[in-house]
Amino acid sequence: MLHSADMLKVWGVIAFVAAFAVAGEVLIASGMRDLGDLDHIRARVGLFGTIRAVLSNVKFVIGALCMAFNFFAMLFALSIADLSLAGPAIASITYIGNAIAAKLVLGERVDQRRWLATAFVAVGVALLTR
Amino acid sequence: MQHRLKPSQYAVLIAIMLTASVGDSLLARGMVQVGHVDIHHLGLLWHALFNPYVDAGIILLIGFFSCYTTALSWADLSFVMPATAFGYVVIALLGRFWLHEQLSLSRWLGIALIVCAVGFVAGGPSRTEHGEPVHPELDQMDAGAGR
Repeated sequence: MLHSADMLKVWGVIAFVAAFAVAGEVLIASGMRDLGDLDHIRARVGLFGTIRAVLSNVKFVIGALCMAFNFFAMLFALSIADLSLAGPAIASITYIGNAIAAKLVLGERVDQRRWLATAFVAVGVALLTR
Repeated sequence: MQHRLKPSQYAVLIAIMLTASVGDSLLARGMVQVGHVDIHHLGLLWHALFNPYVDAGIILLIGFFSCYTTALSWADLSFVMPATAFGYVVIALLGRFWLHEQLSLSRWLGIALIVCAVGFVAGGPSRTEHGEPVHPELDQMDAGAGR
């Protein structure tokens, strides 16, 4: 019984970390899409102008905060779960979650090729740890 | 319109693969040294910041974040994520040929799946077009720079 409760806690933390990773990456991707190609921006306004443009983008800042929170949550997850479980589980869930969010939230054209690639990576990451 | 990547953009994707995988490995090694962190001893997370492996991992992950942000400015999230998954393969192959670890059949299968995945996305367009982006704030910067 205790074992089941522990596993529930581990998987709860894994889902929590993955959810923050997806939220952070989608927000950053959306912010970067709004800004446009950073190489072009750097050519126009220089490196510091580019950094200023990125840091003044609200979506980027909120996304970066999500990623920072995700970083500490990941450290916490690694301390209560084996790396061989937490690492691939978080990565696989994040890959699938990102593909779904990219289509539904960002409006990206996630074609059959990308769905297949995402599924292959999610399964491949899980197999790498066995 | 098919968006093909420039050599410098491929270099950014490779940097993402390497910094993410090596940075994660350093963090994992550092956290093993720091020890168990539970909800009642979150102060240990602060202590973790003084571990050299965690510090090196953080520096690499800052580099990863810069490259990742740059990549997302010219490619889709659903392109960048699988395209950079090759880092997992790099780590597994380093373990096999540098550290002489044995790779099980399932690991070789995992490597094959990730290689196929990278091949799938690399052959397709990197960006979904939604129309011309508008950058009023950059136009203002341009006007300021021209004064």
